[in-house]
Amino acid sequence: MPGMFIDVRVDAAAAKDTELAKKLAEVCPVDIFEAGDAGVSIVEKNLDECTLCDLCLEAAPGKVQVIKLYE
Amino acid sequence: MRFYEYESKALFRRHKMPLGQGELASSAEEAKAAAAAIDGPVVMKSQVLSGGRMKAGAVKFADTPDEAAGLFAPIMAAEVSGQTGRSVLVEEKSPVAQEYFLSVTWDGRAKQPVVLFSDMGGIDIEEVAETHPEHLSRTHFSSILPISPRIAKEAVSAVGVSGSDLNRLTPIVFELMKIFLEYDLTLAEINPLAKLEDGRFIVLDGHVDMEAEARGRHKALLAELGVQEEETRQARPPTEFEIQGRQVNEADHRGVAGNVVEFDGNLGLVIGAGGGSLTLFDAVRKHGGKPANYCEIGGNPSVNKACELTKLILAKPGVEKIAVMMNVVSNTRVDIVARGVVKGCIESGKDPKDVIAIFRIPGAWEEEGFKILEKHGVEYCDRSVSMYEAAGRAVAKMG
Amino acid sequence: MSILLTKDTNFIIQGITGREAVNLTRENLDYGSTIVGGVTPGRAGRDVYGVPVYDCVRDVVKNHGAVEGSIISVPPGFTKDAAFEALENGIKLIVIVTENIPRKDVAQMVELAELRGARIIGPNCLGIISPEEGKMGGVGGPAANTRQAYSKGPVGIMSRSGGMTTEIASTLTAAGLGQSTCVSIGGDAIVGTTYAELMPLFEADPETKAIAIYSEPGGRMEAELAEWIQKHDSRLPVVAFMAGRFMDEMRGMRFGHAGTIVEGKEDTAAEKIERLRSAGIDVAERIEEIPALIQKRMQERKPERGN
Repeated sequence: MPGMFIDVRVDAAAAKDTELAKKLAEVCPVDIFEAGDAGVSIVEKNLDECTLCDLCLEAAPGKVQVIKLYE
Repeated sequence: MRFYEYESKALFRRHKMPLGQGELASSAEEAKAAAAAIDGPVVMKSQVLSGGRMKAGAVKFADTPDEAAGLFAPIMAAEVSGQTGRSVLVEEKSPVAQEYFLSVTWDGRAKQPVVLFSDMGGIDIEEVAETHPEHLSRTHFSSILPISPRIAKEAVSAVGVSGSDLNRLTPIVFELMKIFLEYDLTLAEINPLAKLEDGRFIVLDGHVDMEAEARGRHKALLAELGVQEEETRQARPPTEFEIQGRQVNEADHRGVAGNVVEFDGNLGLVIGAGGGSLTLFDAVRKHGGKPANYCEIGGNPSVNKACELTKLILAKPGVEKIAVMMNVVSNTRVDIVARGVVKGCIESGKDPKDVIAIFRIPGAWEEEGFKILEKHGVEYCDRSVSMYEAAGRAVAKMG
Repeated sequence: MSILLTKDTNFIIQGITGREAVNLTRENLDYGSTIVGGVTPGRAGRDVYGVPVYDCVRDVVKNHGAVEGSIISVPPGFTKDAAFEALENGIKLIVIVTENIPRKDVAQMVELAELRGARIIGPNCLGIISPEEGKMGGVGGPAANTRQAYSKGPVGIMSRSGGMTTEIASTLTAAGLGQSTCVSIGGDAIVGTTYAELMPLFEADPETKAIAIYSEPGGRMEAELAEWIQKHDSRLPVVAFMAGRFMDEMRGMRFGHAGTIVEGKEDTAAEKIERLRSAGIDVAERIEEIPALIQKRMQERKPERGN
């Protein structure tokens, strides 16, 4: 189930970067990113827990988008 | 967390406090057997978590085992402050010469434990304090320096007890002081503490309260006494709604969204925090509103927790709308709570704008929170609308 | 002036690497507080927003000189030991944020503090704020939110509820009444510092001209305050707000704070209101009545003695 309030998109090329995946999984305080062999995947059930802390944006400048669905 | 009398006495027995012969009975047959074992007149006491048993008919006397068997059912059925017994304690009826009062509790002003001792036991101690203050001693003792029997001696001696009575009472008082500290009790009371006609002293009734926060430290004792983990032991047992509220709160460790207490009104309350909930509950009632529940949110709960709490309250029979209100928040975030309650409404199959009577949570991240509410058409207000006024707006929508 | 805390007060944070403590560190630094170090056993050498972390309080003192205060934010089972450590290293002002501490532990900390001539605020509190000077604890939240709710001025606030401390301050600020110092004293049955114990400090602070308190059922703290005010003929007008009036009908049930349970007649809201009123304290029905009541009482205040 996608988020009701928040959506997170990772740039298609960057999503395959396993190093970046690890970094994203590490910085997110609410476990929205999951790192695997194929790169990063989004844990949909955690999307609405996003605290807008911007740590993922800092970890991957220009490659991650946090979208507020209520705007 | 209050102990039943039989549990209090089991604790005292571990510490070799003087107790009369007695047994717990769960049926008329067991009561009969217990009385037969005692072989003499017995007192039968309903095991409830409330005082005033004698007046309620929950304490009776029997001279024979057959009489004890016959009294079992009426004692179990006797209602004491809305509760009925879980079992009956059958004890030997002792010939009492004099009754004393002994209690150890915390004094929040002195911030120390205090021994209360009186040679006028068996009656309401607040009454003794008012009418015969010289018969009630208050003796504070340290919670970090070593304690010794002289404190107990001074407590007893202060009401004028001397001679062999003083020397027999001192070790009992001292033991209770030690029990009080060892088990993180908030109250250890023996009333009456009886002097028998042959000069011995025994514990006739005991009341022990253990601090809920310290339960984890005393698991072995609680297991031995048979206290179950889910027992709250408050003035009334938790309802199904309240148990579910606790499950919502325990689902994850982030913040608090729970502590629900059930009422029977039509306005569900999603309110916080500690002091704010008390203030808002009063305000709703002052406006003539009928709360369906009390609850607390705080400590920045997760969206999921706020959502589940909302769903629980909306599912409660009779709830027509909810009011979401808090004092100005500092660490709890307005947008996170807004997401949680809106989601809870939608997942309950309701439109947030119809079912949320008012949203009044000003403070941290309010701009984001208000955007969410705006999108869903929910009526909200900021700190310029007081808690009292917000409660009034919610009640006005209840028709 | 203010009480307890000025912009020169330096303090440490015990348990600084914990989730809540990290937040506290940032919020307090942003508000202008001076944090000289933090302590988390096993984490020496790290830093949290530039604040150096040590294993022991002793090491902070060795490296930075005497420390005046400490915020303790560690799990309940470790709080007593943390407080003892602060006290035995000469710290005189301790704010304990942690909740769910058994009262035996609280009593022991408070007793050692008395023996060492130190003061504990809390537990289960949001701490102290002297607006525009500094804050010690989570009171007010992020610095921007704190500045919105709290402003400098003549009113001292004491509250058993952390959240309601900010609600009252925000209401006063909106009415143009600032605050000297606001203390969230904690909601437990035993707290380090009660209303009556803070009164002499406010009484001696020339900037404080009035007091607002948040109060609730349970305990004897209001009775103690009422006695203090009568005995010392206080120069300070006091306005109280009493929450939890509904609890009078529900004895033996615990609502809110651990200290909030009506066990005897003296614990009830009705009894407390009567005691406070008989000591000349105004009891507001609603928070929004507080500013006008304070203004009225400040205007009719008796002339300051010694002037």
